[in-house]
Amino acid sequence: MKVRVLSQWPPGHVRTPGYLRGKVGTIERSVGTFNNPEQNAYRLTPTKNRLLRVRFRMSEVWGPRAENPDDVVEAEIYEHWLEPFNAS
Amino acid sequence: MPHDHHEPLSPSGHPYRADDDRDLTYWQVMEIAVRELLIEKGHVSATQIQDQINTMDARSPANGARLVAKAWTDPAFKYALIEDAGQATREMGFDIGPMHLIALENTEEVHNVIVCTLCSCYPRNLLGLPPDWYKSRAYRSRAVVEPRKVLSEFGLEFNQKIQIRVHDSTADMRYIILPYQPADSVGLSEAELANWVTRDSMIGVGLPRPPA
Repeated sequence: MKVRVLSQWPPGHVRTPGYLRGKVGTIERSVGTFNNPEQNAYRLTPTKNRLLRVRFRMSEVWGPRAENPDDVVEAEIYEHWLEPFNAS
Repeated sequence: MPHDHHEPLSPSGHPYRADDDRDLTYWQVMEIAVRELLIEKGHVSATQIQDQINTMDARSPANGARLVAKAWTDPAFKYALIEDAGQATREMGFDIGPMHLIALENTEEVHNVIVCTLCSCYPRNLLGLPPDWYKSRAYRSRAVVEPRKVLSEFGLEFNQKIQIRVHDSTADMRYIILPYQPADSVGLSEAELANWVTRDSMIGVGLPRPPA
């Protein structure tokens, strides 16, 4: 399943790396639900959010700068940072 | 002659390291204050803190090497490790605490590398403390941008047909790599194989090699 990482820049303790925001990848696996770090870091009662491993092609992340377009980077992204992506 | 020595060298021929006579940082003072308060108020004892430090210091890459060697010799264990590395590791007798572990297998087609771009997440509960370079900004930023160049600086060259997979430990999971078993190590015992598995090969910046 293809997803896009939201391109948003909220302040606070966010575990979505900046270089992946706005990028399209495929879900590699779901690894369960975890306390939302954006609330947890401030001692707010955290919601339990699904955490997904998403695989991105280097060409998607770095464009023509990629060393090899078919290499990949994978990262854990919380579901609330992802939106479905349709290529059409 | 004001001095009877010109070069400040130790007997082994290396320069002496300058004394580190700087003040404590804000956070070092904070850590000491919190620790002393916890002890004074009876929440923990100094012995308990020291025991925890000793437990962490006792963890070393040898733990991971045993895991890899078992996976190389026991296909059922390897399957279990790939399916649920945390459970397989605990069943082998390692106390890895609450760590969520994923094992990634290197093959003839895929080479995996681990990094934490946001901080320095590392499977400490299994491998012990990370090497200093793993926490450096250079490694953390370059590993995702130019992994092949970084790997070449560690002495690893991969042809373009092999896919490099960089794993950024961004949240709650920790990673260990199951290196590709060298052909000339096949047939050795589990105990012998463990000596082939280096720390760097479990991070992805090295390959297993025969013990020196």
